[in-house]
Amino acid sequence: MVAAALVPGALAAALAGSVAEMSTDLQTLPTGPATVAVDPDRTPAVRVPAPVIVMRSISKVYGQGDVEVHALRNVSLTIERGDYVAIMGASGSGKSTLMNILGCLDEPTTGRYRLAGADVSRLEDNDVADIRNRRIGFIFQSFNLIARTSALVNVEMPLVYGGMKRALRRERAIASLTRVGLGNRLDHHPNQLSGGQQQRVAIARAIVTNPAMILADEPTGALDSGSTGEVLGIFDELNIEGRTVVVITHEDEVAAHAKRVIRLRDGEIVSDDRQAPVRGLPPQVNPAHLTTPRLLELTS
Amino acid sequence: MNLESIRMAMRGIVANRMRSALTMLGILIGVGAVIILVAVGAGSAAKSRQSLAALGSNTLTVSAGGFGQGNRGGTQSRNLQINDADVTAINDKTQAPDVTDVVPIVNGGGSVTASLNGSSATVGQFLGTTPNYSSVRNAPVQAGAFLTADDLANHASVAVVGTTVAKNLLGATADPNSIVGTNVQFGNHTITIIGVLKAKGSNGFQDQDDIAILPMSTVRDSYTGNTGTINQLIVQASNANTTGAAQAEISSVLQAHHKGATANSFRVLNQAALLQTANASNRTFTVLLGSVAAISLLVGGIGVMNIMLVTVTERTREIGIRKAIGARTGAILGQFLTEAVLLSLLGGILGIASGYAGSHFQIVGVKPVIQTYSVILAIGVALAVGLFFGIYPASRAAKLRPIDALRYE
Repeated sequence: MVAAALVPGALAAALAGSVAEMSTDLQTLPTGPATVAVDPDRTPAVRVPAPVIVMRSISKVYGQGDVEVHALRNVSLTIERGDYVAIMGASGSGKSTLMNILGCLDEPTTGRYRLAGADVSRLEDNDVADIRNRRIGFIFQSFNLIARTSALVNVEMPLVYGGMKRALRRERAIASLTRVGLGNRLDHHPNQLSGGQQQRVAIARAIVTNPAMILADEPTGALDSGSTGEVLGIFDELNIEGRTVVVITHEDEVAAHAKRVIRLRDGEIVSDDRQAPVRGLPPQVNPAHLTTPRLLELTS
Repeated sequence: MNLESIRMAMRGIVANRMRSALTMLGILIGVGAVIILVAVGAGSAAKSRQSLAALGSNTLTVSAGGFGQGNRGGTQSRNLQINDADVTAINDKTQAPDVTDVVPIVNGGGSVTASLNGSSATVGQFLGTTPNYSSVRNAPVQAGAFLTADDLANHASVAVVGTTVAKNLLGATADPNSIVGTNVQFGNHTITIIGVLKAKGSNGFQDQDDIAILPMSTVRDSYTGNTGTINQLIVQASNANTTGAAQAEISSVLQAHHKGATANSFRVLNQAALLQTANASNRTFTVLLGSVAAISLLVGGIGVMNIMLVTVTERTREIGIRKAIGARTGAILGQFLTEAVLLSLLGGILGIASGYAGSHFQIVGVKPVIQTYSVILAIGVALAVGLFFGIYPASRAAKLRPIDALRYE
């Protein structure tokens, strides 16, 4: 009951947080025209938030000489705040490499990458760790929860590395788990949870730091169709709340939920289709099913 | 963050209970062994020091008959006896300036039987001496009085006995002091007991309380005959540093007094020298025991490193996850280093407990004496072992690239 009571507050805090981040990002906004996307449908009086992701001519080369493999060739990509992007491609298309670079797990060979206003292509290991901690929420195909550790402790972990006080982070972890419908499974260990539940714990862990971007790598690859529906539903909701979601997938079902679908082949972007506007609802969400006044407000 | 590292490390240790327990066992045995073996060394040192200190550290024991190469020298050296004139000469400040006191001792016979009211017992040491025995041998009375100069001059039939003699005659439960004033039959003569010596316990060779002390004149009259010979001299040097000088002076006085005497004709035992030798050999003994134990501590430390390497390999994926969600290099290093240090520290604490428990038992006849320094040293070494053997595995974990660690199967 206590946990349930916390939820609306946590959501409000999350939204307030992302608004605050937007304004700081505006101050550090680069002046080049390429990095500011102006929506023509909006009046010019509205301040336009900086894109979450700006990639410029990113290339990644593995090996040298004869065994040189170009995993990414000159990829440029801008992702708006609040967008829901699916990156698709067959295996070997470079989508995993792109995901690793997006998630600051790997460095591009050439090119520049700005994440939420910060240039991450030239940072030290510990600074990159801080970026991952504060700005990116990871969701993996194999869940990647820490075994023999309760759901609550798993979700708390990013806050531990962020240096948050114990009582506060516990409160936020509980709110986050409640958000994904696991408020009654706080003390369960990963091996006591179903695949869908484990992935929901991972989602709770990804959103607990209130990151600029949620980055999911084949999030439904290890799930049955029921759990897949649940997880995709949560992604839709997170996006409606204003979070930027980037999903790497090869499943059309997953891509159908995204507002924008980018296809990769041989390390290059071959198509970039918008299925729904950035500042609208994800395509699979039926406005009639929205109950929260706040969400209805967004749709009008 | 530090508290958090400890929490995470505890989770890691608890997650693998069996493995952690076995690793700790290595350190436990090491630390326990260091503490117990050093305690045994210290115990045996204390024991021998005690028995030598009972003799007095600035006293020399002089007896006739050499040892070593002198024995083959012929009959004359064996016939040499210490006599009353020697006592006077050694007491002379001009001949032996470093000597402060001389106590002659005459053995009253090998096995003198004491009897009182029907109970009887053989007395371990039955000797005649002078009143200064009490101060030189550090043998005060706990009841009654020691022999006086008058007793010596009057050839008085009086004796001071040890508590063992008193108990043998009165019964083990009786108050030994109540023997004062009774007339005890020693051999063929009746002697009045005037005092009971303070109990000294065993010196490891004999019961020092199984003793009866009479005036030297009385013993000569009644038991040995008036030959004027003295079995032993106990000489007190002015202090512990002059025993060497006193030893040389005594030797030259005796050689001057006895025709044909050589340096080997008399045996002069220097207690201080004995004590030093005993201390040195005890130290060697303790160091040896301690180093054997230290080796087992080292082996325990290697066990910690081994397990930590296994742990890091086994948890590579976990390390990858932690790094992906924002753990800095230092946080990972801290977590695994804390885990290693906690393992050896917990093992060390259990080792101290078992060391204390083990020291309550007698080991090879020695009562171990726990040395605070060995406890501090052992726990310090256990900590250092954890740090030293933990650093390599922990830095290996910290250096993993998140992308490689996440891919690890």
